[in-house]
Parts: sequence; structure tokens; C-alpha cells
Amino acid sequence: MIVRVMGEGQFQIADDLRARLNEIDELAEKAVERGDEDDLHVRLAELARMVIEQGERLPDAHLAPSDLIVPPSDLSLEEARDLFTGEGLIPDLPVPG
Amino acid sequence: MPGLMNRASTIVKAKFSKMLDKAEDPGETLDYSYEKQLESLQNVKRGIADVVTAKKRLQMQTAQLEQSVVKLDSQARQALGAGREDLARSALERKSAVQQQLQGLDVQIQQLEAQQEKLVESQKQLQAKIESFRTEKEVIKAQYSAAEAQVRIGEAATGLGEQMADTGLAIQRAKDKTTQMQARAAAVDELVATGALDDLTDDQTDLDKQLAQISSQSQVDTELAAMKAELGTGAPRPGELPAGGDGQKEEQAS
Repeated sequence: MIVRVMGEGQFQIADDLRARLNEIDELAEKAVERGDEDDLHVRLAELARMVIEQGERLPDAHLAPSDLIVPPSDLSLEEARDLFTGEGLIPDLPVPG
Repeated sequence: MPGLMNRASTIVKAKFSKMLDKAEDPGETLDYSYEKQLESLQNVKRGIADVVTAKKRLQMQTAQLEQSVVKLDSQARQALGAGREDLARSALERKSAVQQQLQGLDVQIQQLEAQQEKLVESQKQLQAKIESFRTEKEVIKAQYSAAEAQVRIGEAATGLGEQMADTGLAIQRAKDKTTQMQARAAAVDELVATGALDDLTDDQTDLDKQLAQISSQSQVDTELAAMKAELGTGAPRPGELPAGGDGQKEEQAS
């Protein structure tokens, strides 16, 4: 499975790590619901660390898309909410024309 | 339960298919938008330059404020030595205000540093992927039938699109951060300019003047005392002269 840690690159991880990642991800989500930005940062950093430490970094030139994307560790609550509404956080890609 | 990771992944994919929807052949789309990709690389470079500029400005302010701390500290000592605890207190109060500003600046410089590193890394990755996509596309076109090539190129393009989204976010966040920092730097400049931080870098502060007064007064006193002592030993006069310090010569006028 390929996971992208935003700003860090892509990592190949063992499939069985996914369950553990999902658990932490759930805690991150709860932190957003509670409005607890510090805890959100802790959880996101935990996700990033787990992927970076246990995964294998793919070369920059590798072109495969990722199965999961870990948002930046210093994501603000507002940015996290943008992520849920699907607006704002990630800019549109350039459209030809 | 869509967690943050899944949401991020879904949104990136959605942004990418929105881009691909505009054309029938993803390979051509990416070819066509190659110029755009190069533009976005230029954007990263500009973003990095902006971050560096903002960082330099904050570093300069830090240096200024650090000088103020040293100066205020020595002024406090000088004032205390002259027995002016009130002045010493006011110098220390200002010093503490400046130190608070410094701490804030420190954190922000570190944040900018982190943004800069992220952008540089992101730029490197995007550049590598654009290059890789270009060559891979040609290889695929040469090896597969048109229909199959289109599928395979589409897959490769998704990987590139994801990197573009990642880099796009890095640029956007760096821009936000830089704007915040510029506002903050301007606020510190203004504080200094309006005297809220009391002309910290100005040599003629109130404190300076008062301290100069004290020191010139005590020099006068010392000289007076020395003169009195000289005169006292050379030609004895009626009425004893004070040993020095708070010389009040008028008392002996009659």
C-alpha cells in the first residue's frame, strides 16, 4: 500500500499497518470535532511518524498514486474542517484552456 | 467513517479528475498543461523567495530587539547603581516586554524555516515527477496500442497530479504564513515607530536622558567635593565643608 505524507513524499507500507493508521486517524477526527488543535497535531504527527518510520520511501520520480494521504502535521482546525467540506484546503489543479 | 486521510485522498483525486475531465486524452492533457506545470514550479520558486524575505526581515528585527535587551539591562544596572530604583524598574519592565516580543519572533522564524524546507522538498519532488512523467509517457506510447497507452498514461498522470496537489498546498500554506509574518513584522515596526516599545533603538530615550543626568550630576558632585577638599586643606575657612555627595554649597553662602 502507498501512503503519501503531505510535504514529505510517498511511502510503501505493509497492508497490516492500515488498521493502526485508521485508529489514529479516527482520534484525529475526534480532535477536530472537539476543536482540540493540539491533539489534532499530536495525532497527525503520529500518523506521519508511523508511515515514515515503518514505510519505505519511494523515489521522487515514482509515478504511482497513493492509497491514503496524511495531511500536514501542523494542519489547523480550520484547514481540517475545509478538508471535510472538500473546499479550500487543497487548491484546484491547473486546467488547460 | 471518512477519516482525515481518506478525505485528503478523495479530494486530491477529485481535483485531479476535474482537471482530466477537461480533455479526452490524459496524456495530451498533461502534455498540454506541461506549461502550467512549469509555471507551478516557478510559483514554488517564488514562494521560497517570499519565505526567505519574510524570514530575513524577522531576523533583522530580532537583532534589533536583542540589542535593546542588552542596552536596557545595562541601563537598569546603571540606574540602580545611582540609587534610582524607579528608573531601574522601568528599564527592566521594558526589557521584559522586548523579551516577550523576541520569543514570539523566534517561534515564527522557526515556522518560516520549516515552510521553506517543505517548499524546497516539494519542488524537488514535483520536478522529478514531471521529468519522469515526460519520459514514461513516451515509452508507453512506443510500447502499447493507443487505447492501452491511454490507460497507462492516465495512471502515471494520477501520480503526477497528486504531487501537483501536494505542492499546490505547500505553496498556498507558505503564502498564508508569509502574509501573516509580514503583518507581524509590520506590527513590530509600528510598535517601535510609535514608541509603544519606547524608541528602543533610539539613542536618546527618556531613560538615557535621565541616566545621563544622574551621571553628570554625580560627576559634578565628585568634582565639587574634590575642589572643596583642595580648598579645605589649602586655606582653612570658617564652617566645615561637607565631604561630598549631595553638595549643597548655598548653605554656606553668608
